[in-house]
Amino acid sequence: MKPSALLVSALTFATWSTISAAGDIEMSGFVSPELLIFQHAPAHPGQHESRLAPSLAIQPEFRYELGPDDRLTAIPFFRWDAWDSARTHADLREFNWAHLDDGWDLRVGVDRVFWGVTESRHLVDIINQTDLVEDLDGEDKLGQPMVNFGLQRDWGNLNLFAMPLFRERTFAGRDGRLRPPLYIDGDEAVYLGDASRRTLDLALRYSTVIGDWDIGLSQFHGVGREPSLIPGTNASGEPVLIPVYEIIDQTGVDVQVTKGAWLWKLEAVARAGQGETFAAFVGGFEYTIYDFAQSGIDLGLLAEYQYDGRDPTAPPTIHDNDLFLGLRLGFNDTRDSALLAALLVDHKTGARYASLEAETRLSDFWSLDIEALATGNLPPTDPGYGLRRDNHLLIRLTRYF
Amino acid sequence: MRHIKHKPRSASRNTSLPTIALLSAVAIAGLALPPVEAAEMSAFEIAARSDRSDRGFESSRVKMKMVLRNAAGKQATRTLEQVTLEIPDEDFGDKNLIHFRSPGDIRGTALLSHAQIIDPDAQWLFLPSLKRVKRISSANKSGPFVGSEFAFEDITGQELNKFSYRLLGQEPCGALTCDVLERTPKYADSGYTRQIAWIDTEQYQLRRVDFFDRKNALLKTLEYADYRVYGGDIWRSHHLSMVNHQTGKSTALIYEDYVFGLDLTHRDFDKSRLKRLR
Repeated sequence: MKPSALLVSALTFATWSTISAAGDIEMSGFVSPELLIFQHAPAHPGQHESRLAPSLAIQPEFRYELGPDDRLTAIPFFRWDAWDSARTHADLREFNWAHLDDGWDLRVGVDRVFWGVTESRHLVDIINQTDLVEDLDGEDKLGQPMVNFGLQRDWGNLNLFAMPLFRERTFAGRDGRLRPPLYIDGDEAVYLGDASRRTLDLALRYSTVIGDWDIGLSQFHGVGREPSLIPGTNASGEPVLIPVYEIIDQTGVDVQVTKGAWLWKLEAVARAGQGETFAAFVGGFEYTIYDFAQSGIDLGLLAEYQYDGRDPTAPPTIHDNDLFLGLRLGFNDTRDSALLAALLVDHKTGARYASLEAETRLSDFWSLDIEALATGNLPPTDPGYGLRRDNHLLIRLTRYF
Repeated sequence: MRHIKHKPRSASRNTSLPTIALLSAVAIAGLALPPVEAAEMSAFEIAARSDRSDRGFESSRVKMKMVLRNAAGKQATRTLEQVTLEIPDEDFGDKNLIHFRSPGDIRGTALLSHAQIIDPDAQWLFLPSLKRVKRISSANKSGPFVGSEFAFEDITGQELNKFSYRLLGQEPCGALTCDVLERTPKYADSGYTRQIAWIDTEQYQLRRVDFFDRKNALLKTLEYADYRVYGGDIWRSHHLSMVNHQTGKSTALIYEDYVFGLDLTHRDFDKSRLKRLR
C-alpha cells in the first residue's frame, strides 16, 4: 500500500468520525472476499507459483446531507491480495461536496464520472483513470480530484471539468498474474512534454436526448489516461516496463438509438498527442428477445465492431480490428440472476478472448459473482500475449451492509 | 466489477381524487337511485371518471415494500421509493423515478420512466457502482418487474387511453357496488388479451383487476386494499396484492404514507438527475 493512500484513508476516517458526532450519516458499503483460480502455472519469471489467489475488498460508503441541496460523500476502497503487493492497494473512490441547485450543480473533490454507451469497450470514458489491477475489463476506476460544474437546460446538459491532479494507472506487480512478461513498474512512470502529475486537465461534455436518440459530445485536454509502455530498468536494476504519459487532445462522440427491443450504439474518438493523430470507434447493437421460447428468460444478443487506427508508438490496444459477440441472459427470478458470455476475435490475427460473467443474489445481504476468462490463438505481437497462461475462474462473494 | 444487467422495470400511480362535492353528490344520488346513473354511462365514461378523479395531484413521493412469495410461501423483500410527476395532458403518461433501497446489491439502483400512451415509454437505468446511466428498451411490457408478479404494464398501464372499454355490468364488491369493465390494451407488446376491472361507484376507485393471458386464460388477480384519503380528495390504495393463479406465486406492494405537493418540474425527471441520487 502506498503511503499516500494510507494518508488519504486516515484523513477520510478522521473527517468522518468528526462529522459523525453530528449524527445522520448514512453508512452502507460492502465486504467482498474473492478467489482467483488459474488453469495453468504462471508463464513469467517472478510470478507467484500458486494457482489460487485469494483477496479481499472493502468499500464503506458514507453520505451526509448538509442541507436540502448540499451533500458530502466519502467512499474509500481497500484491496488486500494474498500474493501481489501491487494489488494490495487503497483508493478514495469518492470524497466530495456536491451542491445540487435548480438547473445547475457543482461538485468539488474526488469523484467518479462515466461517459458512454457501448458494452465491449469504453472509448469516450476518460475522466477517471482505470484501476487496472482490480479488473482487466477497465470498468473499475480510481477516484479523480476535480471541480465539476454542470448546467441542465432545455437544450441539453453541459458539464465542465477542471482536474488538478493526475492519477496514474495501477498495474499488477512482479508477483501478480494477468500481466505482460516484464511487469509494469508504476513507480518509474515518466511524463513527456508538458505532462506532469500536476497538469491541469480540462474537459467538457454536452449531452442531450432527442426522442429515441441519446447523444453525447465531449472534449478532453490533458494527460492521457492510457500510458505507452517502454522496456527499461527500475531503481533496483530489474528489467521492467515503464509507463509513459503524454498530453493528449481527445474529441469524443457517443450515440444510442433505442428502437423497440433494439439498442444501436456508437462511440468514436479522435485523439492527438500519442503518435500520429488517430481515430477509433466501437459500434453495434444489443437486441433482446424477451421471454425466450416462453422460458421466462430474456435473451440478449450483442454484436459490436472495434476499430482503432493508432500507430505503434501510441499505447498498445487489443481492440484494433476486433469483433465482439455477446449473449446476455436475464433470468427474471427473485434473485435477479444474470449471465453474460462474450467473445472478442481479432479478425486479422485470429486472437481470441472469451469471457463469462454471472451473478445472483443469495440473500438480502449476500450476492455471488462468477467470472471466467480464456484466451486462445494469441500471437506474440498481441498486447495480451502475456495472458496466454492466465485462463482463470473468479469466485466472488459480496456482503452488503 | 462489470455490470452485466439490464435491470428493472417501472411503476406509476394507480389511484384517484374526486372532489368532495362530486363525492357527496354521487353518494346521495347513489342512495336515491342506485344503478340508473351508472347504467346510463358508457364503459369509457366510467373508466374516464375513475381516471380523471385521479388527476390534479401534481406530484407525489412514497416509500414502499415489495414482498414476493413463491408457491411454497418463501419470501423475498425489496424496499423502494417512488417519485411521480403528473402530466395533465391525457395524451402523455406521467414521469416517474423508482429508487431501490434494498436488497444490498441493488441499493441505489434507479429507474426513470417517461410514460407514453401508445408509443413505447422512454426508460433509463442508473447503476451506482459504475455511476452509469443506461437507456434501456421498454418493449418488455409483459416481463416481470424485478422478479415480481407485477409486469411492467401492470404498473404503468393504468393510463385511460391505453385501453378500449366494454361495460359488463354491476355487482357488489365487498361493502360497495362496482361497475365491471372489460378493458383491452391498445398498445403493442401487451401480455394480455384483456383485463376485467372492478371500479366502485362511490369513490370511483379500482378494487380488483383480473388479467387474462395471450391464450385468454385467467393469469392473475390484483386486489387494491387499504385506501386512505389525503387532503380530503386524494385517494390512494396502500396495499396491492397480485396473485398468479397459474404459478401460485404472489407479490404484495405495501405503501407508507404519500407526500404530495412537492416542488417538482420536468427538470427533476431529466436523465441527468439520476446522477444526483444517493
